[in-house]
Amino acid sequence: MSRQGFSIIGKALPKIDAMAKCTGETRYADDLHFSRMVYAKLLRSPHPHALIRAIRTERALSLEGVYAVITGRDLPVRYGISPATEDEEALASEKVRFVGDPVAGVAAASETVAEKALGLIDVDYEPLRPVLSVEEALVAEGELRIHSWNRRANIQKAVSFEFGDVEQGFEQADHIFDETFFYEGNTHLPMEQYCAVAFYGPDGKLTLWSSTQTPHYLHRALSKVLGLPMSRIRVIATPVGGGFGGKSEPFSHEICVAKLSMITGRPVKITLTREECFYVHRGRHPVKMRIKTGVKSDGTLQAMHFQSFLDGGGYSSYGLATVYYTGALQTVVYKLPGYKFEGVRVFTNKPPCGPKRGHGTPQPRFAVEVHLDAIAEKLGMDPIELRLKQLVEPNTVTVNGLRITTTGLRECIERLAAKAEWKKKFRQLPYGQGIGFASSAYISGAGLPIYWNDMPHSGVQIKLDRGGGITAFCGSIDIGQGSDSILAYVVAEEFGVDPADVRVVTADTDLTPVDLGSYSSRVTVMTGNAAIQACRKLKDTLLRAAADALEIPADDLEFAEGKVRCRSFRDRAISFVECVQKAEAKFGTLGAMGSYRPPKHPANYRGSGVGPTPAYSYSASIVELRCDADSAEVKVDKVWIAHDCGRAFNPLLVEGQVEGSVYMALGEALMEEQVFRKSGLHKLPSMLDYKSPTALEMPEVETILVETNDPEGPFGAKEAGQGPLLPVIPAVTNALYDAIGVRIHEIPITPDKVLRALEGRLKPVSVPSFEFPPPIRWQPGEGVEVQQKS
Amino acid sequence: MEIASETAKTLLEVLREDLGLTGTKHGCELGECGTCAVLMDGKPVLSCLVLGVEAEGADVATIEGMMQGGQPHPLQRAFADLGAAQCGYCIPGILLVAKALLDSNPHPGRDEIREMLSGNLCRCTGYTKILDAVEMAAKGRGDL
Repeated sequence: MSRQGFSIIGKALPKIDAMAKCTGETRYADDLHFSRMVYAKLLRSPHPHALIRAIRTERALSLEGVYAVITGRDLPVRYGISPATEDEEALASEKVRFVGDPVAGVAAASETVAEKALGLIDVDYEPLRPVLSVEEALVAEGELRIHSWNRRANIQKAVSFEFGDVEQGFEQADHIFDETFFYEGNTHLPMEQYCAVAFYGPDGKLTLWSSTQTPHYLHRALSKVLGLPMSRIRVIATPVGGGFGGKSEPFSHEICVAKLSMITGRPVKITLTREECFYVHRGRHPVKMRIKTGVKSDGTLQAMHFQSFLDGGGYSSYGLATVYYTGALQTVVYKLPGYKFEGVRVFTNKPPCGPKRGHGTPQPRFAVEVHLDAIAEKLGMDPIELRLKQLVEPNTVTVNGLRITTTGLRECIERLAAKAEWKKKFRQLPYGQGIGFASSAYISGAGLPIYWNDMPHSGVQIKLDRGGGITAFCGSIDIGQGSDSILAYVVAEEFGVDPADVRVVTADTDLTPVDLGSYSSRVTVMTGNAAIQACRKLKDTLLRAAADALEIPADDLEFAEGKVRCRSFRDRAISFVECVQKAEAKFGTLGAMGSYRPPKHPANYRGSGVGPTPAYSYSASIVELRCDADSAEVKVDKVWIAHDCGRAFNPLLVEGQVEGSVYMALGEALMEEQVFRKSGLHKLPSMLDYKSPTALEMPEVETILVETNDPEGPFGAKEAGQGPLLPVIPAVTNALYDAIGVRIHEIPITPDKVLRALEGRLKPVSVPSFEFPPPIRWQPGEGVEVQQKS
Repeated sequence: MEIASETAKTLLEVLREDLGLTGTKHGCELGECGTCAVLMDGKPVLSCLVLGVEAEGADVATIEGMMQGGQPHPLQRAFADLGAAQCGYCIPGILLVAKALLDSNPHPGRDEIREMLSGNLCRCTGYTKILDAVEMAAKGRGDL
């Protein structure tokens, strides 16, 4: 037995699929091959905004080796990840809304023939003026309206809230700070391109293998668009070669291969090119922000007014949630007595934006933490002191109705500051070198599902084999974060066996109970809790059999070391296998189900569904860097990061998530940008031109894990995959100020911006003037009483 | 091994499509990401930029050949033990490039490892555990 009575939890074990991934055995979607398989390609719009007058496919169809050609007429049903904004077509039928919007699909004997066939499809476009900025989108009329379903201009959603007493907060403030910020969009860039294979068999059943983070939502969308009942569709999510949020909604290529297979009766595969991946996108929204904050002279926050303007691209995608997320979590880190949030997401003629690691949160976190750093300086305070005096407390409800269970942020900050020798270095390093700090919080799984329903968010089924084998079935999909291993660890811990004796079957809608998917950092908490419930049901059955066999009361028995044994006299035991056989003889075939649904959240206002979670993770980071005064290039020397993950199931995996988050944050902070020409073309659609950090740019990272043992988490665990990205970006910005005395209010911080800032030529970010709707007002205590678990 | 293949096919395509050796992955097919790296006569090459016919007579090592006698290479063991493979998609290429490094320089410094792997992009790990794993394999012990 190791620490705190756990045998598996807390150990640095290799992942259960580690060796398969290190030997080339793992089969990703593009590694699948079937006899008679044909290959699909999609024809994409070269225009950012155009009407489709006609599409002629005859020439393509008559090409030797072409099996089928489809257009928007074949797939007229609209879909979209959010049921409130289903505005996508698998193939655009009347209008294209960004360069890369697909208009036709081909299945052919080879990719080469399919490519050739695309060139034989004639599309008659009537180009329209494109809308490429938030400012234009907010006032668009006539032909500049990108969609017709939304009420006004190119506004997808505008929201406004007022929590607590904002007016009074500002009145009582000694100082008011008002600043603007801009966070450029960037993309996920997973190493694996999008890929899907479909087969519609002679039994009238469709199987789709796809590199997807959300097989269940894909299952629903396929059924809706193809007109097939879900019972005739099987979605198998293949191991995902990098997701980061980019593979978490139904995509055109997935629906098109399914349709092409239904037409041809053959397996159909599609693998998108890297260039196509840049256009499919669904990545980080470009966001302009304005923050006005009222503070007391001692640094206490009185009120904040936060505005966000999101450039959403051509379709809604997850945008409804994103706009709320840019406002929801400001209250979870520091106490805010009054908070006003206004946000708007617009359509533009660019690839649609969606969720990327941290979904809607990195942008405001960047702005708020840089803003606070500036406030601390103006008040003559240490920026860490300013934060420490107003951290959100455990077991409280925030001003916007979010329920806090545990928080380890104070411990994170104190240990971090000691490790990095903050007091010795802050404002003490020579010119050109600097140190910066920021902190953050993130959700461990969204409190609500994407489509409204009362069913569980995660289900786990466990089957016991009479040879002692344990199989766990769950709809969750491993995208590299290790969710398959986590499931095996939980089951092994519960039954007192080796994780190697647990087989997991995941992400197959025919075989596994629904799990909503690998997004919102939800899997460990939700599948973990579901798995524990299933295990404990089964253990009750096993214990009854063992109690009879050993003639010891069940509550004096435990599962450990491959046995069921007496707690007091450990040699009085039967093996796990024997116990299973006795139980099967007594009760019949052994299996159990467990499921999990997050607790109700306290707030009850419209829009309160985005932000709640079973538990928030907390992170803090200190970055040390240098900036060359001539080239203005920034080199990060070291990143310290402390993360409250509740409980580290496997410290290796948690560290891996933290280090990966730091890496992705540094890429966003310093180089990555998804930017477009006036023609709507991507400026940098290749892995060479879209700069991301290599092993040479990645600094050493020192990770501190803080464990708070959250009552909502399985064995106390919270999330680790997204939260640690958040504090790093503002910490870089704050460190740069410490180094050279300029505050850059724009991400990424590229050398040209640093030079302009040094020369005093970097203009402040302008935010659009826009009249938001009247606010929804809500006061703490108005909602539902939710009991805290102990 | 002898194989007949279309002359226009890249080594990547010959390996994956003609030989069914899907352990070699691809991320761009333009020579930008390093994912498809294999060893040709012991030297790393990007298989998407090499024609199959150029590999005629050469000794081509892919990830499938890295285990010897059913035993994983020390690099494979170190990568697995340290959690250096998250999604794992870039790992076959990285393992082979790391092998080429250790074959020519058994005890590289961390900066030499960084330099050697700088052509292989990884989006999951931040390279940290990858660098640790190469160091651990170079040291030849499991207690790093």
